[in-house]
Amino acid sequence: MRLRNIWMCALGVTLAATVACGGGEKAPSTSGDTSSPSATPSGLKVDESKAGGIKGTIAFEGTAPKNEPIKMNADPVCMKANSTPQSQETYMVSSDGKALGNVFVYVKDGLGNYIFDTPTESVKIDQQNCRYHPHVFGLRVGQPLEIVNSDMTLHNIHALPKGNSEFNTGQPIQGMKTMHTFTQKEVMVPFKCDVHGWMNAYVGVLDHPYFAVSDTSGKFELKTLPAGTYTIEAWHEKLGAQTQSVTIGEKEEKEITFTFKAGGATPTN
Amino acid sequence: MLHRFAKLVAACTVFLVLAGSLVTSTGSGLSVPDWPNSYGWNMFTFPPSKWVGGIFYEHGHRLVASTVGFLTIILAGWLWIAEPRRWLKRLGLAALGTVVLQGLLGGLTVLFFLPASVSTAHAGLAEIFFCITVAIALFTSPAWIQAAAPVDDRTLRRLAATTTALIYMQILVGAAMRHTEAGLAIPDFPLMFGHVIPDHWDPKIAIHFAHRVGALIVTLAIVATSGHIWFHHRGRRELTRPAAFVVALVALQITLGALTVLSRRAVAINSAHVVCGATVLATSLVITLRSWRLRFASDMNAPTFDSRRATRQPVPARLNQGSSTGVRA
Repeated sequence: MRLRNIWMCALGVTLAATVACGGGEKAPSTSGDTSSPSATPSGLKVDESKAGGIKGTIAFEGTAPKNEPIKMNADPVCMKANSTPQSQETYMVSSDGKALGNVFVYVKDGLGNYIFDTPTESVKIDQQNCRYHPHVFGLRVGQPLEIVNSDMTLHNIHALPKGNSEFNTGQPIQGMKTMHTFTQKEVMVPFKCDVHGWMNAYVGVLDHPYFAVSDTSGKFELKTLPAGTYTIEAWHEKLGAQTQSVTIGEKEEKEITFTFKAGGATPTN
Repeated sequence: MLHRFAKLVAACTVFLVLAGSLVTSTGSGLSVPDWPNSYGWNMFTFPPSKWVGGIFYEHGHRLVASTVGFLTIILAGWLWIAEPRRWLKRLGLAALGTVVLQGLLGGLTVLFFLPASVSTAHAGLAEIFFCITVAIALFTSPAWIQAAAPVDDRTLRRLAATTTALIYMQILVGAAMRHTEAGLAIPDFPLMFGHVIPDHWDPKIAIHFAHRVGALIVTLAIVATSGHIWFHHRGRRELTRPAAFVVALVALQITLGALTVLSRRAVAINSAHVVCGATVLATSLVITLRSWRLRFASDMNAPTFDSRRATRQPVPARLNQGSSTGVRA
């Protein structure tokens, strides 16, 4: 009887810890990065004939840290596909070292009650050569995301959103395709492959079309933006996010620059 | 023979704990997204050529767990058929029930994306299952059955039981720390953010701090129990040997814990820390059960160990005589 009591106590403690721990449940997000689908049905449509735009550069100051090397020897297929030394894609710095790519730039605030049609064409993320292509990208709430495995090995694509539903999909066969849609705007949703720990990607999910990813020369462009005052945010996976307030008039084109410094984000405005 | 098989099951369970700790240490918990299948294959027909990257650890853990589950079925059946002690038959069934529940928790934690609550429960139940297998191995050993004059020390009984309970609590806090990714919430050792007490707090820091404080408490409890054995029961090798062993283990465990932080959770060190924690618990459990041996003996000398049926079911004479032939196998 005493023995049974000991086991019952131990089980009880386990269950108590389970309840007390309770960290896995999702709570509705209240952060500015996630919210319910935005535009009201009675909102305005953008008049493209009067729209302007924002062009810009992601400048980089200092010496970028070296991207972390990757060892792919856990999977012979990945090894074969990447015979040269591999590294992470965290810091995509231009050849002169003064601009930064893979920065997600988007209108964070200021669009009021404009409404936008949801695109029906899908955005594609491909698992190729044991990497995600693209590494940083954006898509719209409700827009189809096509997840493809082009490799001759297994991948699982595991999304870790805070506001949207988490998913983890296995793709064991080359050529497999899976479709997914996000239901809430969220910047950013990380993707990872638990089979190949080095594989990661980030998607910005928005309820409007004003987003871009800086290219290798740090350039980005937000087109057909109606006149107004906007909060523009630039997000980098390691260096954080910074914002600027920008006002544009009808048919006005403005140039802005975000400056990231090695070791942390530096607000420029 | 039954005792040897019980020892095999306990040893396999240590290996299972290692396999499970490797899954967490390598971050491979969701590398096989489905359960009980593996990428659509039956778990047992999943081609070895596909055991790449994190799959090797996660799928390997599932296979080792299945093996232990199979061994537990045999152990429970064997105890049911060959073991005269009714309570030990039931302990065999408890082991079986625990390993089944453990498998379900493992599946749930995969299907629900590793919620900390389920993963922590999975880790906690693993230790309980391990303790059951160790207890069965001990109860079926000739030394246990033939014990002539068990120690009668109330203080030791209380000390040992408290120590075992504290170790288990400490393991639960450690599991919560692992599964809430708080392992490096305090990044330095032995100081904490350069101080004796952290100068700022959040839930992860609190869990990590609790684990360090728990380590101190557990160490004191183990030293107290072992010291008591050393001073009062020096001639009892069945107590002094595990007492010395558990002191050595806890020293190793603290070293591994420190190295886990300092190595930024190196996979091998982190996993060894988990396995060493389980062996500390099991060793303390052995001391506890041996310190309570007299109670088992008195229960067995009474009509039966099960007090509810004490008047109806006398224990076989061979057990009352303390004969090793009490186990038929």
